[in-house]
Amino acid sequence: MDSTVVTYFSQSNEFHSIVMWLSKIFGDHAGGVLTFTIFAVVALVIVGVMATVGGLGTYAERKISADMQMRQGPNRVGPYGILQFLADGVKMILKEDIVPSNADKFTFILAPILCLMGVFATLAVVPFSSGFMLSDLNVGVFYLVGMASLVGVGIFLGGYASNSKWSMLGGMRGASQIISYEIPVTLTILTIVLIAGGLSFGTIIHGQSGMPHKWFLFHNPFAFISFFIYFISSLAETNRAPFDLPEAESELVSGYHTEYSGMRFGFFALAEYIEVFVVCGVAAALFLGGYNFPFGHSIELAMVQKIGMNSMVAQNISQLLELTAFFTKTLALYYVVIWVRWTLPRLRVDQLMTLCWKYLTPIALFNLVGCAVWMYAFDGKPIYSLIFETAVTAAHH
Amino acid sequence: MSTFNLDVYMPVVILIVLALLFAGGAMLAGKFIRPSHPSVLKETAYECGEEPVGSAWANFNVRFYVVALIFIIFDVESALMFPVASVFKHFNAIGMGGTVLVSVLSFIMVLVAGLIYCWKKGDLDWVKSFHRDN
Repeated sequence: MDSTVVTYFSQSNEFHSIVMWLSKIFGDHAGGVLTFTIFAVVALVIVGVMATVGGLGTYAERKISADMQMRQGPNRVGPYGILQFLADGVKMILKEDIVPSNADKFTFILAPILCLMGVFATLAVVPFSSGFMLSDLNVGVFYLVGMASLVGVGIFLGGYASNSKWSMLGGMRGASQIISYEIPVTLTILTIVLIAGGLSFGTIIHGQSGMPHKWFLFHNPFAFISFFIYFISSLAETNRAPFDLPEAESELVSGYHTEYSGMRFGFFALAEYIEVFVVCGVAAALFLGGYNFPFGHSIELAMVQKIGMNSMVAQNISQLLELTAFFTKTLALYYVVIWVRWTLPRLRVDQLMTLCWKYLTPIALFNLVGCAVWMYAFDGKPIYSLIFETAVTAAHH
Repeated sequence: MSTFNLDVYMPVVILIVLALLFAGGAMLAGKFIRPSHPSVLKETAYECGEEPVGSAWANFNVRFYVVALIFIIFDVESALMFPVASVFKHFNAIGMGGTVLVSVLSFIMVLVAGLIYCWKKGDLDWVKSFHRDN
């Protein structure tokens, strides 16, 4: 059975006493009620944290760009302007809600909600830590790819429904860009699936370990190249610069969300920033060892055996360490995303398509073949163990 | 043991409902505090201050359609690759890696052939040249 956050909580004694207590009220459904409650509460917490991370993402973006351009950046609201995103949120709620009279009203209202739904749904499989993964679906990465493409639908519908030329151009570009770059993303994910031998994030992350040489990034040369292809394509899929053509402000005013104002625009922005976080988290999980931290399991064992700590307490501490490891890796990648945005100029549409179809897709296909051959030829061994074995045989001679 | 427990998909439903609640809640909360002074000009499409000419729902460039077609071929093929890729390691472990590898390779070759065909036809070029020698 796939493990979920409920599986983690059910290890504690309190869980069973609560089930016993609930069964007096709900009878046989007690387990189900508790499962639902835990899922709902954890989902609420994750959505809350992610909304904050998305909000802080806008703040970080402005602050880092200001840093790179020798400006001050936001510094009025709260210490160092850190509460700027709350002020922005309040402002968005207070803005008048304008729906263009010529727009396709139903689709216009639906589009930002679709974006939000797609991004929120991907949060179900984001591996924050081994315990606090909402649900470790056995089709994990496949589900993630599918749900993430819902965002593309939202962006296209937003552009189409506005009935404005800028929006239409932006929406069309967005649709073609997102579907094009989904191919390299899927192919690089397949490379990792070949190495890990499973689709669930649990399998993929447990195939790696905390130390960098056991990451899938360094498993073989093809995986190493795959990481960069995945990262570049993800930038394009989330419409981040240098691939922000759907909202290219210098040519398309504001692209697909030209006609959106107030909170409806806020949904698009929030969805984008959360999606960037999710994409970085997935990159960390697939290539950088995910929530594994150095000496992972042995620290937990040492806490139990050497210090004589309660095993449940030790487990919780190692969960915290895992969360720290995951957030460190993901936020480091997040920083790179912002860094790239303020460093590279935007591509042209034809360059964008050339990059995807004539460079990234063939290289990703080559990687897939190369990785499959590597797995067959070297029995699925990573490069470090091959080097180690060669060294050992050389030493024997 | 393989039990198919739908409980693991519960978070998906919960998160989608949360997204709807979030969107609906924010719009509803705003309804009471935001101004509402609609006017004809305010509700026209933005065209840099000019009056909009015609509808945006006009015929669109056909190359977007070609990209979508190529995408569908690749996406379906890569979706079919997922099950094969996920069992590859297991088959490799029991010594049947060669069989799966050949099937993977032949599958990818079809994909590569399609890519080369599109490339030769010029469908991957965004700006197409129409001056061809006959």
